[in-house]
Amino acid sequence: MAVPGALKRLAAGGTHFGIVAAFTIFSAFPFYWMLITTFKRTSDLMNRTHNPFIYNEPPTLEHLRVLFAETLYARWLGNTLLVGLIVVAVTLVLALPAGYALARLTGRWGEQLGIGIFLTYLIPPTLLFIPMSRVIGDLGLQDSLWSLVVVYPSFTVPFCTWLLMGFFKAIPRDLEEAAMIDGHSRFGAFVKVVIPISVSGILTVVIFSFTLVMQEFVYALTFISTASQFTVSVGVPTFLVHGDVYFWGSLMAGCFIASVPIAILYNFFVDRFIAGFTVGAIK
Amino acid sequence: MATLEGDARAAAGARAGRLGFLLDRPEWLGPLMIGPAVLYIVLVVGLPFFLALYYSVSDITMGSRTLGFVGLKNFVSVVSTTKFQTSLKNTFVFAVVSQVLVMVFANVLALALLKDFRGKWLIRLLILLPWVAPISLGTIGWLWILDSIYSVINWTLQALGLISPDNWPMWLGIPHLAMGSVITVHVWRLLPLATVIILAGLTSIPQDIHDAAAVDGAGFWRHLFQVTLPLVRPIMLVAALFGLVFAFTDMIIIFVLTRGGPYDTTQVLASLAFFTGIQGGDLAEGAAVALFLFPLLLAVAVVFLRIARRTEVT
Repeated sequence: MAVPGALKRLAAGGTHFGIVAAFTIFSAFPFYWMLITTFKRTSDLMNRTHNPFIYNEPPTLEHLRVLFAETLYARWLGNTLLVGLIVVAVTLVLALPAGYALARLTGRWGEQLGIGIFLTYLIPPTLLFIPMSRVIGDLGLQDSLWSLVVVYPSFTVPFCTWLLMGFFKAIPRDLEEAAMIDGHSRFGAFVKVVIPISVSGILTVVIFSFTLVMQEFVYALTFISTASQFTVSVGVPTFLVHGDVYFWGSLMAGCFIASVPIAILYNFFVDRFIAGFTVGAIK
Repeated sequence: MATLEGDARAAAGARAGRLGFLLDRPEWLGPLMIGPAVLYIVLVVGLPFFLALYYSVSDITMGSRTLGFVGLKNFVSVVSTTKFQTSLKNTFVFAVVSQVLVMVFANVLALALLKDFRGKWLIRLLILLPWVAPISLGTIGWLWILDSIYSVINWTLQALGLISPDNWPMWLGIPHLAMGSVITVHVWRLLPLATVIILAGLTSIPQDIHDAAAVDGAGFWRHLFQVTLPLVRPIMLVAALFGLVFAFTDMIIIFVLTRGGPYDTTQVLASLAFFTGIQGGDLAEGAAVALFLFPLLLAVAVVFLRIARRTEVT
């Protein structure tokens, strides 16, 4: 009698394992493949009779050397970091007070405004990049990293304001009221009491904004045409390909290095982003 | 004690002066704190949006300094091209097919991830990778996997005896295969977000509802279709809306994989707007093409507002 039950449980476990395994392989395979390719000799890569899953010839660091010594990759990483840090700072300066105001100071109209701000996150670069390219040109920012600094907060500020609003709403009001009784103004209470205890919310915004900056492609492709001014997400696909010659080893190394570390960092905060995405549809 | 506190208050008040008055009154401080963000959004999102509307009825090009009003000429000339018609059709095919697949897969995967098992943390990280990694770089990974000569997929298929060595499919070179490849990469990219959103919805269902269903004798499928899925429907809608917006407006995957080829069979509105407006230098026609995405975004926004309102009431 116990056998069919056990069998059934085994089958269910097998199905569960199969589903999880299949989707994990689908999701992670391209990154695994980048890693494998990074250390393969070109002669090994470019041989159709070789089994691509194993190293038929000894692994090599040549592709990494080429990537860092003979391309602008390190420069692109630096550019991305620079733009990312400035955009994160701008985002915090704009979104922190806005999120607080929406959480505490504005009543009914604030709620409407909050949803309005959130919706601008849904307006894609695709709709705006054409007029934007002209505006950037008129401002004389063509080909400059500053063009990205000006434009990127347009997709970080709305979502981060929304995230921070939710975060501030969860802070007990008593804390600020106590600070105000101690003689702080409301703004003083925000700066001296609310911000210090919101470190994890601020960190979430920092990581989220930085990932968005790393991912952005359309604006950077539109505004910038000098190789030395690219960010990594545009530099690798456009400048590591010479005519029709693909340097697969270096390309894959470049993709892997810029993808995986940030993803590991992001993973720590993912539940908070999801809370933002679900717009309070979950209670 | 009372005087000490009074002194401190008076000092703080004097220091802050008139500004302190502003910083203390919610009806002043609120707009003051939210003002910069709103101003920035109006300038950098609102203004370009109206410029886009204006460009689409003008004759602006990359080099020109003047703007002449031409009415609906751009729209008329754009709509009549086969390039545009194919792109419009492709946009819908890509977005709808990839979103249907994403929603089905995301539900299956989220249900599987609901169960606790060892190494779940690592699995979730791996599944999230396509969403977090810069999409242009992830797509290059696929470009190499789908390479016309050295594709690992073809090698595996050949090793399994499914295709012959001199008959390797060109994944990105044949219209239908290219279309399938682009959709696959779209699904790959958008699956993680939908999965974690639905997973959050599934976790938020109170355990007693599941218990009640079990007590009432509901089997697996009945439980799934009559209890679990209806309860996560609002959250699935949210996931689907985000997915639709991303799928409809994305041009990165197509730009990197196929550049719209072969023969525009994978061209979508977003990529067509780029090639016309930026590479072709015809800003007016590019803006007109991009604006065709707007009604769709508007529809999504309306649905979104309705969800937000409904959750407010409860």
